Amino acid sequence: MSEMGYFSIIISTIFVNNILLAKFLGNCPFLGTSKKMETAVGMAMAVVFVLVMAGAITWVIYHVFLVPFDLVYLRTIAFILVIASLVQFVELFLKKSIPALYAGLGIFLPLITTNCAVLGACVINIDEELSFIKSLVSSFGFAVGFGLALVLFAGVRERILLARVPKPLQDTSIGLVTAGIIALAFFSFKGMV
Amino acid sequence: MVTALLFMLGLGAACGIMLSVASKVFYVYEDPRIAEVEAFMAGANCGGCGYTGCSAAAVAVVAGEAPPSVCIVADAEAAGNIAAIMGVDPGTAEPLLSYNTCRGGDRAPDKYYYMGINSCQALATLYGGKRECPVGCLGLGDCVRACAFDALKMGPHGYPVVDEVKCVGCGACERVCPKDIMEIKTMSQKLLHLNQYDDRIAPCQQTCPAEIDIPRYIYQIKSGDYEGAVNTIRERNPLLLSCGRVCPHPCENKCRRGIEDEPVSINQLKRFVADYEMNSGRRLPVSVAPSTGKKVAVIGGGPAGLSCAFFLRRLGHDVTIFDANPKLGGMIRYGIPEYRLPKEVLAWEIQGILDLGIDHKPNVMLGRDFDIGALMAAGYDSVFLGIGAWKDYTLRVEGENLEGCYTGINFLTNFALWQQEDGNEDRRPYVGNKCVVIGGGNTAIDCVRTLIRLGAEEVSIVYRRTRKEMPANEVEIVAAEHEGVKFTFLAAPTRVIGDEDGNVTGLEYLKMELGEPDASGRRRPVPIEGSETVMEIDMLITAIGQGPDVFFKDESKRLDEDLNITRWNTIDSEDPVALQSSIPYIFTGGDAATGADLVVSAIGAGRRAARSIHLYITGEEVKTPEKTLFTNNIPVSIFESVEGIEKSARTKMPELPVEDRIKSFVEADLVISEEEALYESNRCLQCCLTCYNKDVA
Repeated sequence: MSEMGYFSIIISTIFVNNILLAKFLGNCPFLGTSKKMETAVGMAMAVVFVLVMAGAITWVIYHVFLVPFDLVYLRTIAFILVIASLVQFVELFLKKSIPALYAGLGIFLPLITTNCAVLGACVINIDEELSFIKSLVSSFGFAVGFGLALVLFAGVRERILLARVPKPLQDTSIGLVTAGIIALAFFSFKGMV
Repeated sequence: MVTALLFMLGLGAACGIMLSVASKVFYVYEDPRIAEVEAFMAGANCGGCGYTGCSAAAVAVVAGEAPPSVCIVADAEAAGNIAAIMGVDPGTAEPLLSYNTCRGGDRAPDKYYYMGINSCQALATLYGGKRECPVGCLGLGDCVRACAFDALKMGPHGYPVVDEVKCVGCGACERVCPKDIMEIKTMSQKLLHLNQYDDRIAPCQQTCPAEIDIPRYIYQIKSGDYEGAVNTIRERNPLLLSCGRVCPHPCENKCRRGIEDEPVSINQLKRFVADYEMNSGRRLPVSVAPSTGKKVAVIGGGPAGLSCAFFLRRLGHDVTIFDANPKLGGMIRYGIPEYRLPKEVLAWEIQGILDLGIDHKPNVMLGRDFDIGALMAAGYDSVFLGIGAWKDYTLRVEGENLEGCYTGINFLTNFALWQQEDGNEDRRPYVGNKCVVIGGGNTAIDCVRTLIRLGAEEVSIVYRRTRKEMPANEVEIVAAEHEGVKFTFLAAPTRVIGDEDGNVTGLEYLKMELGEPDASGRRRPVPIEGSETVMEIDMLITAIGQGPDVFFKDESKRLDEDLNITRWNTIDSEDPVALQSSIPYIFTGGDAATGADLVVSAIGAGRRAARSIHLYITGEEVKTPEKTLFTNNIPVSIFESVEGIEKSARTKMPELPVEDRIKSFVEADLVISEEEALYESNRCLQCCLTCYNKDVA
């Protein structure tokens, strides 16, 4: 991925390597916040916001501290700590400085404090040895992919409410089945980039 | 290893320091009361209060947007503590209760059942649900599932039934119902509701001037819940004992059973439960909203005034009734004779209303003893003018002021006052031997039936049209016929003849014939030339109608000048629903606003005026909702024919035998038995807007 252009990175992270449907990360909010379109959109916005921030700061931590001091094995725990603090910080900052944005994202921010999709995207960026700018673009792409999948899925689930679902398969079960089928659909993007 | 430890320590410290600095730098001031209030909430974050979690609810309480009792899980003590923090009265919020407004349930013949669809919302979105009525219950129980307090059950008739003990009024059912059938209301909100075009109401309830939920109380009678029936009636009519006796029940004219069969005897059922309460010797408690500290003066203690005072009191206002007579009741005490409405019964009923905490100032007359300006100076926030229609119309013929000539209301009132206050035989009002009452309304019938009981030898009614056009209640006319009253129809009095001492001796009248129908739809009587006839009489009562006596307008010096009076001497209120006069703080209702009309109309007007007064004194706009039904019917609910009816006889009204009743003023009409009430309640079709229970499928 490190040799790709910015456009290819965007296409790759949104469609081909969709964090939810290809990497299967972040399934918890995928199922939890996809019952209503309204919450799905709110969640997607919050993820875009946090993931770009996290991508930037983890790149700095990794390349400035971990690699020079030969502490790469501390990557996971360091990232968790940094991302959690970052989200708390952002929440405090928004509450004071941009109350309108806080009201929109507020309740979703704590939900993604330790979201595996956020952590996973950061780790992938590092593993792919992307430059700082490219890792920002990649983080943004992953987040948009997350949002796209979430919004699509919420739309489907609102329709499922009206469908004839056999009792044992109702709610989460049919949600997972649907997620699988959407993932199959996304499989057709494989090999594009 | 050491580097790793140092790094993690450093990173942790950096994060910690950054966050603590951030929380200092980005500190947002929060009212400390929010945390205190939140401490008393249940902390369950259940959302039952309608806010997103306890913190949001606490913020709303501190902002004054939610009452201290907002938390539905915490108990009354917690609400008290929260109120103490906020420095307000914990009782300001009335409890909300869920209320099902549909009686349809399983009655729709056309239903959609699909495997897997067991949600009203889904069904409503996809297919519109059951197809009997556009506003009916779908019966799939989204509301039951939404209720976190187990207070809703799907009832045996396919619609949800609320357990009022368990219901906390959280509103979850109201939010999920796609048909807006579940309503969350306080009692005050229920009392303020006027019938609307989009309500699910049966034709009888649409027609009742007081808008009583008739099918509901009949259902309660049927299921043995007499107290529930009394409470249902009291939400719309505080004078159920009186109405149960004297109401001409316009509701029964629109009864759906009446289209194919005899209508349900609705009024006798009302009387049955009303008498049940009185005979039980225990007054059912009536809920009263927390006090608002607003004062309202009700002038006139008749049915309109009593109704207005009752509803204002239930809405939490302080009410004082000013009445010109020694006792309350107005026309139903002094105009309706004892044999139709025993004064003992009326006294019991009025005491119940006063017991809610209403003040009564007897023997003071507006215009004679006080004026409206004085009331406003005394700190009243609003005035209700329910002065009734006590001024008899006169014949305007020669000789009508002779000795032995009386007017209807005057005669009845004087007699009632003598009977109730004095009783001394020496001062007994004069009664002739050959008495004639002119007029065809209820007042005329009350006069003749009173005269018969007072021992007049010959009593007759003279009316210028025929029996068919008489405006009096049919049952009253029949009773008068049974009691031996003679009727002279198509006769228009032209002259009253007296002797040299000024005593009345005769009545000259012209014979009439019916001509073309007039504006009221009744055929206009036309005199036959040269048909003058003289009747020999020694007492004459003119009961040809009455209007309000607005002499107070001339007597008052302050404020009253701007009060508009119509040409019929009624108090002008442009909107018959809002009943606000030309002076914004003066409201009116009953006979004073409409001219002589039914008791039940006055009761309905009293409630409508109470609603307007409530809006006015709580600072809201006095406005009639656009969808208000008022006296109209909802077109889809009125049928030409009704299927599935098996004829069953209507319960006859038990009455005293004629020989017994004409000797005394003992009540002539009796109450039906419990078995008869059960039978009659089962005749009710339990109609809703368009559906009903068929006798035969």
